[in-house]
Amino acid sequence: MSKPAEINLTPDILVVGGGNAALTAALCAREAGRYVSVLEAAPKPYRGGNSRHTRNFRCMHRGPLGVLTGSYGEDEYFDDLLKVTKGDTDPALAKLAIAASERAYCWMEAHGVRFQPSLSGTLSLSRTNAFFLGGGKALVNAYYAQAEDAGIDLHYNAHVDHLSVSDTRITEVTARLDEVAYRFTPGAVIVASGGFQADTNWLARAWGPAAKNFLIRGTPYNRGVVLKDLLDQGMESVGDPTQCHAVAIDGRAPKFDGGIVTRLDCVPFSVVVNRDAERFYDEGEDIWPKRYAIWGRLVAAQPDQVAYVIIDATSRELFMPSVFPPVEADTIEGLGQQLGLPGAKLRQTIDAFNAACRPGTFHATELDGLATEGLTPPKTNWARPIIEPPFYGYSLRPGVTFTYLGLKVDETARVTGAGGRMDNLWAAGEIMAGSILGQGYLAGFGMTIGTVFGQIAGEEAAAHV
Amino acid sequence: MYDDTPDLATGTPHDEARRQLQICNACRYCEGYCSAFPAITRLRAFADGDITQIANLCHNCCGCYYACQYTEPHEFALNLPQALAQVRTQSWQDYAWPAPLARLFHRHAYATVAATLLGIAALFLLIQAVPAPASGTGFYAVLSHSAMIALFAPLFLLPLAALALGLRRYWRDVGGARPTLAQWRDALAQAAQMRNLKGGHGEGCNFEEGARFTPARRMAHHAVMYGFLLCFASTSTGTILHYGFDMPAPYSLWSLPKLFGITGGLLLTAGCVWMLALKARAEAHLSDPETTAADTAFVGLLGMVAASGLALYALGQTVAMPALLALHLGAVASFFLLTPYTKMAHGFFRLAALLKDAQARGV
Ligand SMILES: Cc1cc2nc3c(=O)[nH]c(=O)nc-3n(C[C@H](O)[C@H](O)[C@H](O)COP(=O)(O)OP(=O)(O)OC[C@H]3O[C@@H](n4cnc5c(N)ncnc54)[C@H](O)[C@@H]3O)c2cc1C
Ligand code: SF4
Ligand code: SF4
Repeated sequence: MSKPAEINLTPDILVVGGGNAALTAALCAREAGRYVSVLEAAPKPYRGGNSRHTRNFRCMHRGPLGVLTGSYGEDEYFDDLLKVTKGDTDPALAKLAIAASERAYCWMEAHGVRFQPSLSGTLSLSRTNAFFLGGGKALVNAYYAQAEDAGIDLHYNAHVDHLSVSDTRITEVTARLDEVAYRFTPGAVIVASGGFQADTNWLARAWGPAAKNFLIRGTPYNRGVVLKDLLDQGMESVGDPTQCHAVAIDGRAPKFDGGIVTRLDCVPFSVVVNRDAERFYDEGEDIWPKRYAIWGRLVAAQPDQVAYVIIDATSRELFMPSVFPPVEADTIEGLGQQLGLPGAKLRQTIDAFNAACRPGTFHATELDGLATEGLTPPKTNWARPIIEPPFYGYSLRPGVTFTYLGLKVDETARVTGAGGRMDNLWAAGEIMAGSILGQGYLAGFGMTIGTVFGQIAGEEAAAHV
Repeated sequence: MYDDTPDLATGTPHDEARRQLQICNACRYCEGYCSAFPAITRLRAFADGDITQIANLCHNCCGCYYACQYTEPHEFALNLPQALAQVRTQSWQDYAWPAPLARLFHRHAYATVAATLLGIAALFLLIQAVPAPASGTGFYAVLSHSAMIALFAPLFLLPLAALALGLRRYWRDVGGARPTLAQWRDALAQAAQMRNLKGGHGEGCNFEEGARFTPARRMAHHAVMYGFLLCFASTSTGTILHYGFDMPAPYSLWSLPKLFGITGGLLLTAGCVWMLALKARAEAHLSDPETTAADTAFVGLLGMVAASGLALYALGQTVAMPALLALHLGAVASFFLLTPYTKMAHGFFRLAALLKDAQARGV
């Protein structure tokens, strides 16, 4: 874990960022024989950006592959992507990522990543997604160990502030290493520094003041400094600044880095109300994994960007355990009081919901058609009256996973500037994911994009210098 | 009951472990590393007995520390290897009989060192005080066979009885049923391979090289365990030869007691030295920092038992023999006595935990 005594200011390739995309690119470039330096803004315990929060990647495979069961062909993968993005995707780049994901699996394994069958509670993903043994931080650790052994210069606490663009070249990179400023003049630069979601001011410019109430699920270091710097200098951008992956998470989660544990899977079995104790959306629209990603926006649209999930004793054991225990009370009014909701109004909402429930067979794991009658908005599945004390409640807040606004790249991961394709600038990972994903999100696709384009960027940059 | 509360802010070791286990149960990323995680995911709430059982399944491989995105400085401050180690220490202390002895020896290295020195001194005195019969040969010329038996039979059996008492309490608290043959087979197979130190992928654990996996600790532990079992086999075959076949010691090099004893002694000595070297490089904060010194002293004692046994074999024909005999037998005596109250007890509780886990998995 030694830090190089001397800082090489003229590496062949300078990689900005220290997550999955950055390390993949760095390893590929090093293996092509180049001298590579990695600048990671985070201190060592927080190295690895959002990648250290991940659990799996989505992988095409023609037959059983490692821990993946069955087969998952290119076309099915692409169709799944079209469904969630509503067609807002770059088909050429998307197909490239999908086709290369199979090779990526083997590359990852060869570089120390270990896979395991899908985690308990996620059986539905066993065919499409390969889970990392130990999760994303174990993956990141494996890459850092490989990078150390390969002789890549790794710098933590290394913030890149500015890339000097001259015509179609990056001529200089300014960075602070342990708060001391340095000027690097590398042969090529690969930017893999993530989205801008941790800069809540930027989010607020796009979303309005509501964004101040958003929680950031991942690293506080992805503040979009490099992205903004490059966009300001005329790099072409893709994506819409309001588009991001956002889910509804436990309102008590930390502002940053709450990660996977803050998710709540109880929405389908619940009644969800806003600050005024009013329902606002069909809680039972579809099975949770398919609806998980829309609730961030739904909650963001409510007053104060907050909502409350209410369940009763019958549903307590139907979902993955929550990281914080729920608020608990013997009466609906009592629960309302503890959650800070108008108790009488909550009683009314629950009573109206209960009265609209119909008898029928309840099925926790499939669409059971147990729907309300004459209620707006309706609850179209799993509608069972909330009557069995104790009653439980959670608060919900929008949790931003990552933003989509990014750099435009071509199929060689090269960035396009004002004067055309850049000579020596490549991008990989979240910072260019908008090139592929205009909106919506497919579980496990972030790591696929980062790995595939990380490999491409590393190889292309290495071939260039 | 919990008089060694580590930190008032987090309450008892069980409370702190409960806090962390609830986070893990919402995450489950470490599910593939060891048996502890499937045991966690089978539950929604963690009673003290559940936590004790999970803690005794944990082999302190540290995989779940290095893989965790919530370790300090994150406010969730996950450090499951440490939290479970502290519950384990607490459980071994609480179940031990008499418990104050366990508190003393689990927490204080000097206690083990003092007990060892006392044991050796006692043997020196004994050898001088009890003259051996003129007919005795070999070691029996220094200490008669009957004196050895009179001394070591109770020294061996009393600690075993104390351990059995502790294990019964454990079994009651974790809600164990009468184990079946298949469950025994499952548990013994896991213990024999030390599966929980393999890290799920078979590449070992994160004990002494930070986030990198190495098989070193598992290998060192194997050397200690199998070395110990071989030494035990040596003594057992010696006893059988003595009583069953009227073949008293000394034995030739190609006899079973010698073959077992020498290979076992070498393995055990090497294993203990290796363990101590690994321990010195491990990060103390990933285990129970309050027991590090005492555990080190115990491994030292175990290594000394083995090394003095080998020395006795090598130098048994020289004038050093009586002194070495006192040294070896003294170390063995202290080792026996300390077994229920030191790290040695962990082997028995681990096996019980694996057995209970086999039941929970429906074996
Ligand atoms: C809780 C959570 C769970 C997720 N689960 C999954 C999943 O299971 N599967 C999946 O595919 N995707 C998942 N994602 C999305 C996934 O994390 C991202 O798509 C992926 O990690 C992007 O990788 P990256 O390398 O581009 O960015 P990151 O891993 O975020 O890396 C960006 C790096 O850049 C560094 N950086 C930022 N600014 C600078 C600067 N100015 N100078 C130097 N360095 C800088 C950061 O410190 C960081 O190391 C999840 C995200 C979250 C938050
Ligand atoms: S140790 Fe950390 S990463 Fe592992 S399961 Fe627990 S919370 Fe998750
Ligand atoms: S330290 Fe290792 S054995 Fe213990 S719980 Fe964590 S992963 Fe399992």
